[in-house]
Amino acid sequence: MPELSHDFEHAAVKALGNQQLRTNFRRVMTGLMNKRAAQFPDPDELQALRSRGKSIKDRALAKLPDLLVQLEQNLIANGIQVHWAESVDEGNRIILDILRKANAKSLIKGKSMVSEEMHFNHFLEENNIRALESDLGEYIIQLAGEGPSHIVMPAIHKNKGEIGKLFQEKIDGQGYTDDPDELTAAARRVLRQMFANADAGFSGVNFAAADTGSLVLMSNEGNGRMSTHLPSMHIALMGIEKVIERLEDVGPLISLACRSATGQPITTYVNVISGPRKAGEKDGPKEVHLVILDNGRTRIYDDPQLREGLRCIRCAACMNHCPVYTRIGGHAYQYTYPGPIGEILNPQMQGIEKAGDVLHASSLCGRCAEVCPVKIPLVDLIVRLRRESIRPSADAVKGGGSRKSGMENVIWFGWKTMYANPLFYRWGTWWLRKIGNLMPAGLPLLKQWTSVRSKPQFASRSIYDLARERGIRDE
Amino acid sequence: MPMSKNPLPGRPDTVYYFPTCLVDLFYPEAGMAGIELLKRAGTTVVMPGQQSCCGQPARNCGYYEEARSVARAQLAAFPKNWPIVVPSGSCAGMMKTHYPELFKGMPELPQVQAFCDRVFELTWFLVHVMDIKLVDKGEPVRVTWHGSCHSMREMGVVEEPKDLLRSLSNVTLVEADYEKECCGFGGTFSVRLPEISAAMVTDKVNNIVATGATQVVSGDMGCMMNISGAMKKAKAPVKGRHIAEFLLERIGRGDA
Repeated sequence: MPELSHDFEHAAVKALGNQQLRTNFRRVMTGLMNKRAAQFPDPDELQALRSRGKSIKDRALAKLPDLLVQLEQNLIANGIQVHWAESVDEGNRIILDILRKANAKSLIKGKSMVSEEMHFNHFLEENNIRALESDLGEYIIQLAGEGPSHIVMPAIHKNKGEIGKLFQEKIDGQGYTDDPDELTAAARRVLRQMFANADAGFSGVNFAAADTGSLVLMSNEGNGRMSTHLPSMHIALMGIEKVIERLEDVGPLISLACRSATGQPITTYVNVISGPRKAGEKDGPKEVHLVILDNGRTRIYDDPQLREGLRCIRCAACMNHCPVYTRIGGHAYQYTYPGPIGEILNPQMQGIEKAGDVLHASSLCGRCAEVCPVKIPLVDLIVRLRRESIRPSADAVKGGGSRKSGMENVIWFGWKTMYANPLFYRWGTWWLRKIGNLMPAGLPLLKQWTSVRSKPQFASRSIYDLARERGIRDE
Repeated sequence: MPMSKNPLPGRPDTVYYFPTCLVDLFYPEAGMAGIELLKRAGTTVVMPGQQSCCGQPARNCGYYEEARSVARAQLAAFPKNWPIVVPSGSCAGMMKTHYPELFKGMPELPQVQAFCDRVFELTWFLVHVMDIKLVDKGEPVRVTWHGSCHSMREMGVVEEPKDLLRSLSNVTLVEADYEKECCGFGGTFSVRLPEISAAMVTDKVNNIVATGATQVVSGDMGCMMNISGAMKKAKAPVKGRHIAEFLLERIGRGDA
């Protein structure tokens, strides 16, 4: 039996004990759920739009290799340089080379979850390049030396008092305040300076349209946009699954993503980037690069069921609605992506042996799949990965089979023997009724159960006996 | 209630009953109440003694082979073409929505699919197929409802049980905050990650208590075992009931 990692559980238990954190998350997630619900008053329209979103992403995924080639051709035609990275290390090296070639020493960053996958800021720091996050939430956690706890609102675990103290400590000349406007203004002063001086800008990508060779970005603060067009060079980063077939596909996806994420009809800014500054234009970067990262996605893509997870448009509705995430927050999930989508992606990207314990962080309640705007069957995928963790199918998932457990095998063999055979079932349940109530509450499993619950009482008679007595037919 | 949702040609003369293993072991009277309601609604109930469990615990943990063996025993236990009525949205959801996945690519899949099509959740069946009418004979009571996740999200049973409760003249149904949120049971989840499960059920109990209801009613004894167990341990002044038992009590156990 392999030694199971308890990182997730330990972190989760620690988070559960932090009442402030739980209150913060509960309040914000409830607000987000209500805002989303208000955006979709008509259930038929919602279902029609979800079906449309799913079909757009399915169509793109069905043609993924061809669309990536088409995207590259059209990006190049537009003057955007394209780079392919199979691994996180390769992605980091490519970007470092681009920066070194341009003699760039500083980078202003728009928000990008893929860069979190690559631990990009840390990598740049090691290579003496200063990267500054321009998304307010990302800026806050960068100052705090933390990772994002939510994929859309990365600093949501911090309240304004905590942010006030952080700014006082980390920003020169900044006194304490918990006024959100003053805090925002303080961040703005630091960031504006960087926007003016940074050698390069950086961003993620929400959608990449193959037919026009355009990169589409959604943001609310405007800092994402400034990160892409103020510095003389813009480097964008995306996973291979971000490509869509046509620019016109973007409309429904934006509508779904924004309404599902923050309950907005649309984000304040939607940028469509189709190339560097052209001759005669007065602004815009002179150089635009796109780095396209695999990092395990091709392996996910190769399995028809697991591929469904690649439809994700990173709206975070699954975590906003997750009763587990709501109580423990995002950091407990240990790896880049928290919540239900993280339960799918982290074990596949990191390997089940490393990140597989999170697969059990779900009661399988199904709320995530119910709200997913592109209909990812998150619960079915979690169960599938649980299966891969113990009985792998071919080579579908990294670390498949690494959670095999001899003891669990014995338990389930016993269970099957009892429940697949009517005679054994009668006999087994007869014994449970006789002796079940004598089991001490300190037994394994029962101990966990009775931590907050009374011991369930076995009934003295079977329903089949009662039914026979009361004349119910058995045939 | 409109009959339009009934996929059957009318009201069936005979139905099968699948009480579930949890009801058999812990709550047989709740299961018997479901049988009684079906009889009162005008159908004959047959409960095969060869059945056991839907197989969900193994399937949810990824042990498909074991789940399939147990599923096969259920397929064999219900040979006639009668509807199979289940007083649990979760077990019904396992059989209706997950059996096809367990038998994917196997020769018996068509037979499995035919079985799945016959599976119904009890309250949905009472409302849409049996068109049951209830006459409340009980004292005034204030109750709240807990909808099970699988009942709502796999079986599409959301309003049916609440409509039945609302049809009772002396029953006041009050909605708890976060009514549609999981109670934290999740089968093995409750013992694999007991602290998270405990946090979920504690919140659930607090929200139930805050309604001022004296009883919480649900259509799934899995959730109820969790919620009632937590209420009992916390000495909360609320009693947990399966909806079948609650309804039968309201319309009078003795009346034919």
